[in-house]
Amino acid sequence: MLGFILRRLLWMFPSFFAVTVVAFVIIQLPPGDFVTSYAADLATSGSPADSATLDALRLRYGLDQPMVVQYFTWVGNALKGDLGMSFEYRSPVSDIIWDRLGMTTLVAFCTLAFVWLVAFPVGIFSAVRQYSIGDYVVTFLSFLGMATPSFLLALVVMYLSVEFLGYSVGGLFSPDFVNAPWSFARVIDLVQHLWIPVVVLGVAGIAALVRIMRANLLDELGKPYVETGRAKGLPETTLILRYPTRVALNPFISTVGWVLPVLVSGDVIVSSVLSLPTSGPILIQALKTQDMYLGGALIMFQCVLVLIGTLLSDILLAFVDPRIRYDN
Amino acid sequence: MTTSPATLPEAETPAAGAVTPQRDSASQWRLMWWQFRRHRLAMASTYVLLFIAIVGIFCEFLAPFSPNAFTPRYTYAPPQRLHFFDSDEAGSLVFRPYVHGYKVTIEQTALRRVFTIDENVKYPVGLFVKSDPYPMWGGLFTLETKLFGPVKKGDPMFLLGADRLGRDMLSRITYGTRISMSIGLVGVALSLVLGIILGGISGYKGGMIDNVIQRVIEFILSLPTTPLWLGLAAAMPNNWPPLRIYFAITLILSLIGWTNLARVIRGRFLSLRTEDFVTAARLDGASEPRIIFRHMAPSFVSHIIAEVSLAIPAMILAETALSFLGLGLQPPIVSWGVLLQEAQNIRSIVTAPWLFAPGVAVVIAVLALNFVGDGLRDAADPYRQ
Amino acid sequence: MTSVPPMPPQENDIVVEVKDLSTWFDTGKQVIKAVEDLNLTLRRGRTHCIVGESGSGKSITARSILNIVPKPGRIMKGQVLLHGAGAGREVIDLAALDPKGRQIRSVRGRDISMIFQEPMSSLSPVHTIGQQIMETIQLHRRIGKKEARERAIEVLAQVKIPRPERSIDAYPFEFSGGMRQRAMTAMALICEPKLVIADEPTTALDVTTQAEILDLMKGLQQRHGMALMFITHDMGVVAEIADDVTVMYMGEVVEHGPVNDIFFAPKHPYTQRLLASVRALERRSHRAGPAPKLSNDDAILEVSNVSMNFEARRRFFSRAPKEPPVKALDDVSFTLKRGEVLGIVGESGSGKTTLGRCVLRVLDPSSGRIVFKGRGAEPADLAALPKSAVKPYWRKMRMIFQDPFSSLNPRMTVFQVIAEPLLNHGMTDRRALEAEVAGLLERVGLPREAMWRYPHAFSGGQRQRIGIARTIALRPELIVADEATSALDVSLRAHMLDLLLGLCREFEMSFIFIGHDIGVIRYMCDRVAVMHRGRIVEIGDTDTVCDRPSHAYTRSLISAIPKPDPRLRGKTQRIRYTSEVEG
Repeated sequence: MLGFILRRLLWMFPSFFAVTVVAFVIIQLPPGDFVTSYAADLATSGSPADSATLDALRLRYGLDQPMVVQYFTWVGNALKGDLGMSFEYRSPVSDIIWDRLGMTTLVAFCTLAFVWLVAFPVGIFSAVRQYSIGDYVVTFLSFLGMATPSFLLALVVMYLSVEFLGYSVGGLFSPDFVNAPWSFARVIDLVQHLWIPVVVLGVAGIAALVRIMRANLLDELGKPYVETGRAKGLPETTLILRYPTRVALNPFISTVGWVLPVLVSGDVIVSSVLSLPTSGPILIQALKTQDMYLGGALIMFQCVLVLIGTLLSDILLAFVDPRIRYDN
Repeated sequence: MTTSPATLPEAETPAAGAVTPQRDSASQWRLMWWQFRRHRLAMASTYVLLFIAIVGIFCEFLAPFSPNAFTPRYTYAPPQRLHFFDSDEAGSLVFRPYVHGYKVTIEQTALRRVFTIDENVKYPVGLFVKSDPYPMWGGLFTLETKLFGPVKKGDPMFLLGADRLGRDMLSRITYGTRISMSIGLVGVALSLVLGIILGGISGYKGGMIDNVIQRVIEFILSLPTTPLWLGLAAAMPNNWPPLRIYFAITLILSLIGWTNLARVIRGRFLSLRTEDFVTAARLDGASEPRIIFRHMAPSFVSHIIAEVSLAIPAMILAETALSFLGLGLQPPIVSWGVLLQEAQNIRSIVTAPWLFAPGVAVVIAVLALNFVGDGLRDAADPYRQ
Repeated sequence: MTSVPPMPPQENDIVVEVKDLSTWFDTGKQVIKAVEDLNLTLRRGRTHCIVGESGSGKSITARSILNIVPKPGRIMKGQVLLHGAGAGREVIDLAALDPKGRQIRSVRGRDISMIFQEPMSSLSPVHTIGQQIMETIQLHRRIGKKEARERAIEVLAQVKIPRPERSIDAYPFEFSGGMRQRAMTAMALICEPKLVIADEPTTALDVTTQAEILDLMKGLQQRHGMALMFITHDMGVVAEIADDVTVMYMGEVVEHGPVNDIFFAPKHPYTQRLLASVRALERRSHRAGPAPKLSNDDAILEVSNVSMNFEARRRFFSRAPKEPPVKALDDVSFTLKRGEVLGIVGESGSGKTTLGRCVLRVLDPSSGRIVFKGRGAEPADLAALPKSAVKPYWRKMRMIFQDPFSSLNPRMTVFQVIAEPLLNHGMTDRRALEAEVAGLLERVGLPREAMWRYPHAFSGGQRQRIGIARTIALRPELIVADEATSALDVSLRAHMLDLLLGLCREFEMSFIFIGHDIGVIRYMCDRVAVMHRGRIVEIGDTDTVCDRPSHAYTRSLISAIPKPDPRLRGKTQRIRYTSEVEG
């Protein structure tokens, strides 16, 4: 068990390394470097920077060095907490992103919990009542859920709220609380707003997981150990919950590995529709204006978030599945 | 899907007892077709997809107007109902399609134009109507006829409403079909090439190469795709011509989308490699290419077709999302995602809910592809016990 | 094993009585009558064997008794009377109860329990053995957790699981197949039921493990005095344990009676045929004739000191030292003479299949020599040849596979399958190919038209014939047949073996016949090699090895085989080979 966790933790290093490479490549892709863009930006705003400042910036970020060196300078700086400058915001990237990433994490994990809480029982229902009316309804809804882009759903929710409630449901806080310090009332306000993005984001995930849970459980329901349980005299409900469901739970847990990327992906788009204070809107803004240090850092941290989520689910899986626990 | 016995073809009754000679000499494709035909939703979806394909291929001819023809007079004009029957002079109903005109009033407080349908005005609508000359299939030849449209050139006909610039939504969606569907197809084709090469090598060679490719795939799968797509798309220079952007976007989509196909192909190769009949083929003296193409390929082509049809929706959804955010295709290219950009702000969708129409097209296309993919997957192995 | 004469039947001994039971499966397209008008009486202290080939309805009978028939099956009519249930000792009709109701559930596991065929999948993989055993008794008796655990340890000891105090917390995947079947037995026994139903409990096990489980069940039955309903397809097992026998065929009982009557005075032609085909495999085939006199220098194949290792997979970042490679073959040597049929016998994991594939160079041996001497050709060491240079030899050395389903490509017609080797070796004229394939089909007993059909049109036995036609298409000199008959029902085996023997003599082929079934080996082979853990422990004339084995492992293997003759019951001394420790 300990060996498994240790090995799994060690695997994080190459993954982190690869993520930083991906982020760095994205930062470097647009033509021209950061300082050129910065200079051009200043020039258009009418206060051209002097070349000494620009050279100092070049030196600081090692832009005159070969790519490999630049990469290591960037990673080194990042480890020290310096993620470069955002020329849109005219401030260091690290000042901008943490609040936003915190909100992204909150939304992603709340949605994950919601997705699981709904998909698990619905999937069980759909499998146990295979080919019933209820199963057909669930199946059709899950296909529909998988076919609807989350941003479209967000738009529809917005439209409906304006049309029928008379106000817009965007944001995570009421106007009074947007800039207020954290308090109990602010938390309540957050919870009141949070459910809409959670539901909108969760639909596609729920739809996919219901299909998976149903398929897994149908596989397990046909296994001989279910018959063993029945021959013991177990009541049907206990039997299904205690045996096949328990076994089907394991592949279900490992779906975190792909649900989380989907959620973080969805967050990027949905949050810009619902104007949530998560990392999505500023990422899109940054990418549109090719503010690459900001964009690269956000992409990197979103990937890291997913990697950590996957790590946690793998460790959880090792706790519940003896076959992994003992397989050393 | 349960099917009543009455609708079953004779040859489908299971093997026990009465086996028909027809089934005995049925090839895998025939068996699969019999199996697929039983999946009603998949069959219905196949017809939907055929319709979508026809719309995409003949969009110039099918769309009543050019997608970029604008009439500022009809900004946000609501959809009209198409009436098929009209009473003639004698008072009896005859088939003579028409639409009503609009009455425009200016709302004083919001300074907004409000359209109402004017029952008194009728604009006749006809089949094969004359239009301005337009190039078909990128200028291969020029046509001057549209399948349908207002009989008199210049009459307003907005069956799905008009957008901010008074452009006909129906025509724009029709044109968008071609771009959105083809991005899905081309993107999947590129993914498939990558998937076959990398997955094939991985599964057939095994060993260290397999290990490396698998780790790479696992890594890519663990990343959130949209930010990566956005990041790559954002790197495109703004001044690229539309066609180059189109191909760049498809390339970006397939760069990240190949992993699942590669996994499926590898899995098939691995399980087939150890099948007895493949060993038997080797002992029969078959050459390596013959083993792969004659003995192994027929067993997984069907699975790959199923997986491909399930991968297209993901591509379409991704393109829609990218374009919606303004980082994918750019106007004047018309795709469903580009059209949905118009629906981005809440004011416009409250004014003109028909701007959602391209979204409905996306949902229908994706749904149909998923159902067909599901049916194909069920039918992909007709020999499963 | 000690044999106690079974108690004479008495009226009040009846535990379960099945009357006119019919269980049908309505698939919507057709109705399959899995069990039809079945009558059965199960008595205390007696073992009742239900015997029949695949698809005869024996398993459905068992499930009907417990009222756990899988969908879309349904008990259509009849009664399953459980005598002396509950405090009132009344008679209940189980078939009439609600299959999900409380009353039938209190019978399952308490009065009637069941042991299933697949020890691998019949236990939940994510619960400990103890949890699964204790659950049964906690369901049916008011009993504390601690007490239940003590009781579970007690039954685990009864089924001879070593260190029951520790094994109780083990997971099924830590157990071998035999151990799992013991755990299943413990689970079935914990409530001391009146009837235990065992559905092919030893079919998935090796023959030595089977012998242990059979002895265990017999012993437990004598100790607890319950009724045992034992389902099997193996007449040897029937002869070994049955007091009463019911023979089923296509969902119906064709004959029932005491074991001796069934074996020595069978009335129904089906029973007679079944026994005949089983007994046929008790001696050498009439077609085999006396072992051909062969001189030592006329060897077609000389295998010397062949070893093969499977490298243990090493994990990234694993701190554990690299495991030693698994020795699949360990210094194997033998000689095959021209025209000889050599049997290779062993249990699963003994390396017999690996050896067969190494001989053909489908697998690569790690060391040793495999010298093949074709007719009119120079001897060649196949082990030393590069992979690409082996191919020409595959014309002379061919293989018959075990599984008639996976060895034929379902997507090719029979013609394409059989013509493939001919095509690859230069016969391209379509008409000549058709004529050749037709001839081959005829030779293996299939009609000419068969060539235009796909494999799914054929039964297992017919498919195996198609496989044989493909194998002999090139007139090979050596055939390696890997368990060529074990996927077939017993009544088909002798026919298939006769076909092979005929071909062997006709084309003057040599055979390596790999199998786990001594009966098949004895029927077919001139000589036999016994394999155990990658080594050949004994090799010699078939009669010598089978009747007077010299190695301890061979003795234990031979002694474990159930003989289809109830008179021999208890007369064979079971020998346990101790070098192998289970678990």
